[in-house]
Amino acid sequence: MKPVHGGLLFLAAGASPPLLAAWEVNLPIGVTAISRSVHDLHMLIFWVCVAIGVVLFGIMGWALVRHRKSKGFKPHKFHEHPGLEVLWTLIPAAILVFMAIPSAATLIEMYDRDEGDLTVRITGYQWKWRYTYLDEEIDFFSNLSTPQNQINNLTEKGDNYLLEVDRPLVIPAGKKVRFLLTANDVIHSWWVPALAVKKDAIPGFINEAWTRVDEPGIYRGQCTELCGRLHGFMPVVVEVKPEAEYQQWVAATRAEAEAAKSAAQAKDWTLAELMARGETVYQQSCSACHQAGGEGVPNVFPALKGSAVVTGPIAEHIEVVAFGKTNTAMQAFADQLGAVDLAAVITYERNAWGNDSGDRVTPAQINQALGKE
Amino acid sequence: MTTATTAEGSQAAHHGPAPGLSRWLFTTNHKDIGTLYLVFSLSLFMVGGVMALLIRAELFQPGLQLVQPEFFNQMTTMHGLIMVFGAVMPAFVGLANWQVPLMIGAPDMALPRLNNWSFWILPFAFALMISTLFMEGGAPNFGWTFYAPLSTTYAPPSVTYFIFAVHMMGISSIMGAINIIATILNMRAPGMTLMKMPLFVWNWLITAFLLIAVMPVLAGVVTMMLLDVHFGTSFFNAAGGGDPVLFQHIFWFFGHPEVYIMILPAFGIISQIIPTFARKRVFGYASMVYATAAIAVLSFIVWAHHMFTVGLPLVGELFFMFTTMLIAVPTGVKIFNWVATLFRGSMTFETPMLFALAFVVLFTIGGFSGLMLAIAPADFQYHDTYFVVAHFHYVLVPGAIFSIIAATYYWLPKWTGRMYNETMGKVHFWLSFIGVNLTFFPMHFIGLAGMPRRIPDYALQFADFNMVASLGAFLFGFSQLLLIYNIVRCVRDGRGAPARPWDGAEGLEWELPSPAPYHTHQTPPRVD
Ligand code: HEC
Ligand SMILES: [Cu+2]
Repeated sequence: MKPVHGGLLFLAAGASPPLLAAWEVNLPIGVTAISRSVHDLHMLIFWVCVAIGVVLFGIMGWALVRHRKSKGFKPHKFHEHPGLEVLWTLIPAAILVFMAIPSAATLIEMYDRDEGDLTVRITGYQWKWRYTYLDEEIDFFSNLSTPQNQINNLTEKGDNYLLEVDRPLVIPAGKKVRFLLTANDVIHSWWVPALAVKKDAIPGFINEAWTRVDEPGIYRGQCTELCGRLHGFMPVVVEVKPEAEYQQWVAATRAEAEAAKSAAQAKDWTLAELMARGETVYQQSCSACHQAGGEGVPNVFPALKGSAVVTGPIAEHIEVVAFGKTNTAMQAFADQLGAVDLAAVITYERNAWGNDSGDRVTPAQINQALGKE
Repeated sequence: MTTATTAEGSQAAHHGPAPGLSRWLFTTNHKDIGTLYLVFSLSLFMVGGVMALLIRAELFQPGLQLVQPEFFNQMTTMHGLIMVFGAVMPAFVGLANWQVPLMIGAPDMALPRLNNWSFWILPFAFALMISTLFMEGGAPNFGWTFYAPLSTTYAPPSVTYFIFAVHMMGISSIMGAINIIATILNMRAPGMTLMKMPLFVWNWLITAFLLIAVMPVLAGVVTMMLLDVHFGTSFFNAAGGGDPVLFQHIFWFFGHPEVYIMILPAFGIISQIIPTFARKRVFGYASMVYATAAIAVLSFIVWAHHMFTVGLPLVGELFFMFTTMLIAVPTGVKIFNWVATLFRGSMTFETPMLFALAFVVLFTIGGFSGLMLAIAPADFQYHDTYFVVAHFHYVLVPGAIFSIIAATYYWLPKWTGRMYNETMGKVHFWLSFIGVNLTFFPMHFIGLAGMPRRIPDYALQFADFNMVASLGAFLFGFSQLLLIYNIVRCVRDGRGAPARPWDGAEGLEWELPSPAPYHTHQTPPRVD
């Protein structure tokens, strides 16, 4: 019965499956104690407004219908009434005091500064998030994973269009997780509606927020502070796992990182392999600014095609990509990409788009440049 | 030159407008300058409107279809800047130019040459700003709030032009404000005490003080940006020991009073129109004045409610939450007074009245969402989503802009000596009313459902309401062509208007013939 019903609606509107949620008009209740009390506040103030509106617009509507010249209504002469004027100053003031108390209480709860069971540093980058687990030695970037073809309307859009990432933030259920937020370049803002956590990530500042989610699940949000070109394309995905599963995830993630590191280093990379890998890395990490064909955006992002740096000495090229340029949008990629990816992308830049230098930059060279011999 | 002319000729040279273009370039006549401001504002309203329609066209469906993200960001930025500084503010200054001298019985503005200059700066400022669209690297793309460091370290090179354009607009506004204050304080007709001034004049007087107080702050903040961009300072650059949040504090110290600069004159207009068509004196004149003054004072201590998520200390959050809620009290007084004015009046519903009534209802809805936004913990959910976009468009479009349209219909007979077409005016009203609500009401829903503002593409669950909003925007946008058509027809071949086209209208401007002669109140009228 149910699926048929949903399917019919789907056919009728000719839209994509998440249609059933599509005419949603209210704030979701969310999954944390804080999000529930925020929702209560939201509903309370909403109903207060509705009540005032009903009285006000009711009186106004009555006047509009009854007190018309066309009905022969003669204007009355009154034009002030101190009692009334004081009354409608005092009543709203009283309503506000009544609202202020629960609001302050929720706010104080949100500002709880107690140590959490777990602390994650969240760093905003143009246009991705970095999650660093301070006690677990886990550190990774989280990028939008929606394919470009969906964005350009070439293929059908998936259910979580623009709200999906390659690696979500994973946290344990039922634990107090503390977030320390900062940014690498411009201001971003980290928001997950279901957790009622929104905090700006500001370069040079560390902001604090926290959550405790009891319900395992996947919760999605977005960056909410305009942060440049791809501001609309840096989602936040939080996966809440039961404690045991979370511990497994921690162990697996660490092991994986180790394994990838040693496997990549052991291998001897050919130019063709580096080029292939480099193209993928380039499209994912660089093309947002320098453009897919390396042509850049005049006056904003330099072209890499024919660039003096890219066709010049290898050491300087590595320096720019690995450490970035302070005070520009060119970020340091040493933290984001491993030695292999750095080697690959640099090799790619030096050989793509007619740069044809024939240079092969190896992971070993990168490690040397980074002083990580 | 004057010695050679006949008595009649010299009469013309002194009392009529100069011929041709020089009339407009060199005019010091408050009516000419008012007209210039209003025409300029209407033109930029169209430019900003086209940008809004581009934005809504891109957002009609998910996916990127018409524009690329960088251009989208330029559009949202330029749309905001043009509407705030190019459409709404000049329109109010234009209305003040036309009406303040007529309403207080003054022959002209106190500083006529300054007046000419404050207008003629504007076209150059906006030419500079709009020219950035054609520059390499593109126009400003950091939002009309231009938060650092996106607008400094990470800005396109055109930011320098933007800064100079803002400086020019600021100079223009400050000069305009000085002129309005000087006129109101010095040139009232004998007998017109402060507490007898029409409410439009009162509200503009208070607005002018706000302008003088905060435009220099805006000039200061853009100058700090200029120093950061070109002269190696680090006011807003954390890497150099600066503070990006400082930018927001300074910006909103300007920005919040700026919000009231865009609404207090509107309150004044509504307080003129409603009594006219209700045929009843405005209710609570004195409390109207005190409420406006209270709003103006409070507007200086609420700025950080735009910044609840930047990580203010708890006491800061509480302070700004309480002060913001407090502003609802004087604002409520105004709304209740308007309703009390309507109550037991004898109403008719000409176009200006329709727009004024829609203002009362829709501005109140914008006020309600403002009250919701004041609740700091809830603001964490609303902040920087479409809920905020819905809120400020409700107070600015059916708020400020409806009041400007209402004022235009209301005083057009006085300005041109002709009537506009009433039926067309009503059609314009209903289309605008429906369009505005279709556009902005669904934005509450998409905001609550979680759609951030300033994004060129969105997740699928926001698709339906976005489509509705886009359709509404096109309806609203194209209906404004009716306004232009109606004005042009009125000026060219409207039916002649009597001195007092509205039988309930009171005030000095209605004692004058229609159209108001080029020079009026040469001998001050007596008010008692
Ligand atoms: C957020 C935008 C952004 C991203 C992403 C980005 N860059 Fe850059 N890149 C810049 C900017 C801006 C500059 C110019 C910096 C300056 O002013 O010197 C630059 C400069 C460079 C230069 C020096 C070019 C020259 O001619 O001076 C190289 C090489 C470079 N980037 C490589 C990369 C690589 C490789 C990646 C991906 C791993 C990447 N960039 C990702 C913005 C970006
Ligand atoms: Cu961001």
